[in-house]
This record gives sequence, C-alpha cells and structure tokens, in this order.
Amino acid sequence: MIALLLRDLRLATRAGGGFGLSLAFFLIVTVLVPFGVGPEGGTLARIAPGILWVGALLASLLSLDRIFALDHEDGSLDILVTAPIPLEGAVLVKAAAHWLVTGLPLTLAAPVLAVLLHLPGPGFFWMTVSLALGTPALSVIGTFGAALTVGLKRGGLLLSLLVLPLYIPTLIFGADCARRGAEGLTAGTPLLMLAGITLGALAILPFAAAAAIRANLR
Amino acid sequence: MARMLELTDISVARGGVPVLQGVTCALGAGQALILTGPNGVGKTTLLRAVAGLQPVLAGQMTRPSEGVAYAAHADALKPTLSVAENLSFWAEIFGTRDIAPALSAMGLEGLRHRAAQNLSAGQKRRLGLARLLVTGRKLWLLDEPTVSLDAAAVALFGAVIRAHLTDGGAALMASHIDIGLSEASTLDLSLFRAAPGGTDAFDEAFA
Repeated sequence: MIALLLRDLRLATRAGGGFGLSLAFFLIVTVLVPFGVGPEGGTLARIAPGILWVGALLASLLSLDRIFALDHEDGSLDILVTAPIPLEGAVLVKAAAHWLVTGLPLTLAAPVLAVLLHLPGPGFFWMTVSLALGTPALSVIGTFGAALTVGLKRGGLLLSLLVLPLYIPTLIFGADCARRGAEGLTAGTPLLMLAGITLGALAILPFAAAAAIRANLR
Repeated sequence: MARMLELTDISVARGGVPVLQGVTCALGAGQALILTGPNGVGKTTLLRAVAGLQPVLAGQMTRPSEGVAYAAHADALKPTLSVAENLSFWAEIFGTRDIAPALSAMGLEGLRHRAAQNLSAGQKRRLGLARLLVTGRKLWLLDEPTVSLDAAAVALFGAVIRAHLTDGGAALMASHIDIGLSEASTLDLSLFRAAPGGTDAFDEAFA
C-alpha cells in the first residue's frame, strides 16, 4: 500500500506527471477573476469564498481522468487486481495520492491567493479549514468517477458530467462555511456537514469504486 | 502430484459473445501447457478468466489459493520510472523484497537505472517478464510472452520458465512461437470453439 502511494507520488512529480497542473489552473483563475470583475474591493470580497471554492473544485477535476486511465492503458490495473492487496485499499491509496498532489497544494495556496481577492481577515482561517476538510471528498468522489469510466477511451467528458453533480454538496457547504467565516458569522454547521460528506465518501466510495473497476475490467 | 489448476467444462465469452466452451484441462506442479489456436479463438479471454479478471460462463475452476501471476500483452511499466523502480514497486506489492535475482535472470542488470521509456521493445518485454519472478507465485499465466524478443532472449526466457517448473511452479501460456520447452504439452483451443448461437448470448450480454 505504501509502495503504491510512493509510486503514484513519484510518477506525479516526474516529467509529465501532472503535478502543478491543478495548482497552475487555480492560480490562473484567481488571478484572472479580479481582472474580469474589476478592482472594486467590496465586490471581490463578497465573491472571494465562492470563487476560491469553484476554482479549487475545477482544479481538482482536471487531473481526475489520470487516476486509473494510465494504469489501465499500460496493464498495471490488471496486475493490481490480481495482486495480494485489496482493491478497495488500492482505490483509497489512489485517492490519497490524488489529494496529496492536488487538494493539499490547493489548500495551502488558497490563503495566499485569497489576498488577490480581498478576502476579509477572518475568512482566511475558515477558507483553509473548509478546503482542508472538503478537498479529500473531492478526491474520493473523483476517484469513484474515474473508476466508473476506466475502460472508456477519452472518458474525460463523461467523467466530468458524472462527477460534477456529485461535487455540488461539497461545494455548497464548503463555500458557505468560508463565506460565513469571512462575514464573521458562525460557520460550525456547514463545516460539520462538510466533514460529514468527506467521512461518508471515505467510508463508502472505495468499495463502490473497487466494484466498478472489477466490472469494467471484464 | 499437486494439482495447481483444474478447468472442467469451462465456457468463456468476449464482449458478450461466447468464444470457447467445454475447455477441460489440468496443470500440476512442474508442468507447462501451451494454448494454441488462430487469432481470436479466445486464448487471451481464457487466460483472463483464469486470472480472475473476468467471470466464466459455465464450468468449474480450481485455482491456487495464493493467486496467480499474470503477464498480459501490456507490460505494466511506468515510462518515467527506472527499471529497478518499476520492478521493486511490483516486488513490494507482491510482498517480496529482492529484485536482484529477477534482474539477472532476464539479463537486465546493466539497465537497472535506465528509465523504462528509454528501453527498446524487447528490453521492456524482458522487464515485464522479470515481474513474474518477483511475484513469488507458483502459477504463471503468460499471454504471448515472446512478442518482440530476439532469439537469445527467447532462449533466456525459456530457461527462466524451465527453472520455474523445476522449482515446483507451473505455467499456462498462449504462444505462436516454439520457445523450446520440449516438456510442455499443447492444447489446441480451436477444438473448443463455441457453437454460434449455441448458448444464450442475450442473457450474457446483460450478465
């Protein structure tokens, strides 16, 4: 299991691995929005939590189709299925690797990029916390979507269409938590809902994804 | 002699269409069986079914409880990882540690630190086959193992299989080329071709 995690991280950081792609996309979105909306601080501050969350969500969507597609193309997935490690565990490790190369850097970059969007002071803490709690759900749900589309050539479009609706609850509660935090309101309830989504996804989706892979390999 | 694999009256389908039916064979420790037959007869499909990657339509199958080592057409290599990194990854996944014997058996010691993307097709194939040695499993399933290997590498691989058989292993392989395993028996799969429309193909498509 550790070997799989280390291999995926190594692959991601080598040439062509896609590390930094999500981060670059996130950076571009947050830099461009002030140009599009205009420099008026009040407007930017109001939309900042939503923009940051939508940016993070789309950025983590970018690299989803790589999770299983490459392993399927070169035959690694067949071997992993016949290997002595449980496929459910392998799926969870894959999701963890995806989070480490997308969700975690996005979470760490968000407070820096939030400055560009005039995020009010109290919002920085809640922005980071909500992303830290919410991005694992994005990775796990996305891994499930990647498992569903694993045998399909160019399944990226279908993957986005499948995954985006599943991302909506995470987006609503995550962005709401950050918004309430930024406005100085209590943000506990959306934060708890967000944590619930993440834990639920972590508990159920690895099994669903493993079943989907087994069905797709037939 | 310990039975490694026993197939009784196996039927398999590819893409919902039954391709083979009534395949019966057995493989004991130290034995090799070569599946032959024209393209599309169902050699890969049968190997995938034995590997547990797809269900059988009918019949009984007894496999080793520890599982099998499966080598498909694709070599399961990551182009940006080196030879040693590729091999040690699979060694760790299969719970073995030492990759040196596998490297030397397939003549890859000199290429340890080269990235897999810079290997020739034959070298990649040899690395893919070296993976079998680090799985530590007794039953090998090989799908066209000698594709893109030169004569010397085929002989090298023949020796690896022979050593595996002497060691109490077994091998089931699909191959068109004679790899010099005189002790291996062959099974012509064209004898087991499924009769068109013979089974209920409609139900299988929705199975």
